[in-house]
Amino acid sequence: MLLIHCPYCKDDRPELEFSNAGEAHIVRPTNMSDISDTEFEAMFFMRDNPKGIALERWRHAHGCGRFFNVARNTVSDKFLKVYKAGEPRPSDAEIEELLK
Amino acid sequence: MVEATPTKRIAPAEGFRVANSVVSIETAKPASRISLRATSAGARSFEKSLNFALPRKPAETASAKGRHALWLGPDEWLLIDEANPDDSMVPRLPNKQFSAVDVSHRNMAFIVAGPGAAATLNAACPRNLSLAAFPVKTCSRTVLGKAEIVLYRTARDTFRVECWRSYAPYVRDLLAIASKDAHI
Ligand SMILES: [Zn+2]
Repeated sequence: MLLIHCPYCKDDRPELEFSNAGEAHIVRPTNMSDISDTEFEAMFFMRDNPKGIALERWRHAHGCGRFFNVARNTVSDKFLKVYKAGEPRPSDAEIEELLK
Repeated sequence: MVEATPTKRIAPAEGFRVANSVVSIETAKPASRISLRATSAGARSFEKSLNFALPRKPAETASAKGRHALWLGPDEWLLIDEANPDDSMVPRLPNKQFSAVDVSHRNMAFIVAGPGAAATLNAACPRNLSLAAFPVKTCSRTVLGKAEIVLYRTARDTFRVECWRSYAPYVRDLLAIASKDAHI
């Protein structure tokens, strides 16, 4: 079974305790009523779904209950980095380094 | 005048017990429980009515006089009082820095004990329950099959399995079946 590190429990836990919560770092606009339908569609529905590194939100649903972010390789399913919600996204250089 | 007759509360899986040579499973005695969500200031305030310190590290527990505080998350604890009736742990003064909700009747518990206890639980719980990974006096919210549980290792070979009362028949049957395979 895949083990996922929870940055709040500071422990590797079985994947059954977690749920995926979609792409990370999506910024909700503060002027929601002013944006066009196209802009709303892009923000609300369109996701990257990359082959390779995806930055995702995960939730330790059957554990501490916290949301956190991960950099995950969608090809190997390997979790390259986990970081707490609110922490900055890893830079491209850092992701390159993690892939080595 | 019609006389009021008190209704008897029927607890889920009341009086349940199965045992074999390596493990016993039985329904825990009724207890009062609090779901506590608190800021760090709120936790300090709540401790005054609890009379012992809340655990602050992941998976830690603290106990005194039949009361147990289980760390579930960075701002969440499950409090269990085996000795006193409902709401005995709810502070009498309002406080905006924490939320203490009486969940005594939402939860029930099974006690799984014996040298085959970990093997019984591992039939449906994916956690590493070795003493090194899950020492005595640690706890965790996790899963048992399709049910969410809070697992609390009270002694080397004894676990308290807290689950929601609506899951009780499922958890009871799953543990009973698993106990048959728990040869060590
Ligand atoms: Zn966690």
